[in-house]
Amino acid sequence: MDLKPGAGGQRVNRFVDPFAQISYHFLQFLWRTLHLLVSLWYLQVSMVQMIEGFLISSGLVKRYGALDIDKVRYLAIVVDSEEAYQISKVIQLLKWVEDMGVKHLCLYDSKGVLKTNKKTIMESLNNAMPFEEAVEKDVLLDQKQMTVEFASSSDGKEAITRAANVLFMKYLKYAKTGVGKEEPCFTEDQMDEALKAIGYKGPEPDLLLIYGPVRCHLGFSPWRLRYTEMVHMGPLRYMNLGSLKKAIHRFTTVQQNYGT
Amino acid sequence: MELYNGERPSVFRLLEKYMRKGLYSILTQGPIPTHIAFILDGNRRFAKKHKLPEGGGHKAGFLALLNVLTYCYELGVKYATIYAFSIDNFRRKPHEVQYVMDLMLEKIEGMIMEESIINAYDICVRFVGNLKLLSEPVKTAADKIMRATANNSKCVLLIAVCYTSTDEIVHAVEESSELNSNEVCNNQELEEANATGSSTVIQTENMESYSGIKLVDLEKNTYINPYPDVLIRTSGETRLSNYLLWQTTNCILYSPYALWPEIGLRHVVWSVINFQRHYSYLEKHKEYLK
Repeated sequence: MDLKPGAGGQRVNRFVDPFAQISYHFLQFLWRTLHLLVSLWYLQVSMVQMIEGFLISSGLVKRYGALDIDKVRYLAIVVDSEEAYQISKVIQLLKWVEDMGVKHLCLYDSKGVLKTNKKTIMESLNNAMPFEEAVEKDVLLDQKQMTVEFASSSDGKEAITRAANVLFMKYLKYAKTGVGKEEPCFTEDQMDEALKAIGYKGPEPDLLLIYGPVRCHLGFSPWRLRYTEMVHMGPLRYMNLGSLKKAIHRFTTVQQNYGT
Repeated sequence: MELYNGERPSVFRLLEKYMRKGLYSILTQGPIPTHIAFILDGNRRFAKKHKLPEGGGHKAGFLALLNVLTYCYELGVKYATIYAFSIDNFRRKPHEVQYVMDLMLEKIEGMIMEESIINAYDICVRFVGNLKLLSEPVKTAADKIMRATANNSKCVLLIAVCYTSTDEIVHAVEESSELNSNEVCNNQELEEANATGSSTVIQTENMESYSGIKLVDLEKNTYINPYPDVLIRTSGETRLSNYLLWQTTNCILYSPYALWPEIGLRHVVWSVINFQRHYSYLEKHKEYLK
């Protein structure tokens, strides 16, 4: 966390009346004290979560013993790109996910660090297959292996832009042959088809775990997040099996009404 | 300044207001979000919890909304967006949909009156979404308040109705397609005109400048701009429910357990504190994605 004073802070001018200077410094002191107290609060929360995670990992908390992992049909993990360089941590996380029985996984970081290390990551997993290979061989429903999809920011808005051009070209073709010029009118299903046509066949994740400093999806494909539950797991360096089990357990108890 | 409901403030309210001002003077030592978005979740659960009659939760929710908007605008947040009605909500029971539409109509008409929060804070109100799906009376009232507040410039209230993100993205593709097809038509007309002329330079330049829909085209044609810095969804739910999926790339998602009618100043303040804690990180991420 890097605190920066904002535009709301008053400018200090040595020629201004001393009372204004004193009140500025006093307010700055109060602001920094407030943030210090908040940081101490978060430190305490992290320690409690670490202890809880340890207790869950060691099986002392019975509630998280049996997980209904079938409810997690597609799991996505977003990792902060700077933290994604800790490949050994990422591999450990994926091994936990694999051992828990997750069948389909999407790994995302905005800069594509995980994509660059795809080969290393896949070789470290016991029984996993790249998502594209599973789609080609039509074995997505095969429960024997975990499929792993790698994504970055170019697979989000930029992919949607490419799909938009597919629809646009179809519209232009139709407009050329049509009697009059109609306004373009597309549907969400057509957008789905266009994305699949350019190779984006990954489904919407049920659960998205965010490893990083902030609870923010960092550009994961907007088309695939409609009803995805998003859980912030904290920085990758503090990851633990217990927190992962707790997040998945909590997801299995969520009930969605999809707007109805 | 009188409160948004037009009543003379009591001593207690005045004291509360000055304490808030004191708190804001501390918070504004750091960056303040330009835009906060809200998902108003939990009105029906609130009504059930407090055994209120049907619609009681939504009425309590509306009062909470006015309070939250007051806090935001007092703090200096320029844009606030609320998710008032989703396209998916049309699948609710008809009488429930009708109740929400009637409540919206009643509140829009109330907002146009004197002494409302709109005038108190010089708010420009904009309804965004697939407004063709709205019933005629609500659409007319929405158009009326948008025209009446078009010149207000201090703050902006975006009300997402008949909105889903996926519908918004498709709409952006349609708008971008129309704009680009005009460009293609112009190129073709130019091509035809040049076929009879002597110069081919202009034709080549124009054909090369056309490269299809770009990301910036889609971003210009979304309903909601600028993008929010913080999104608050009440009731502890951790999903976006097809809301602002495009705009939340660098947005802090905050899910307090309070039901929407229970939301208060402490939630707004907490979200601002967290925004300030992670401001540098998110600014760096925004720069990377540009």
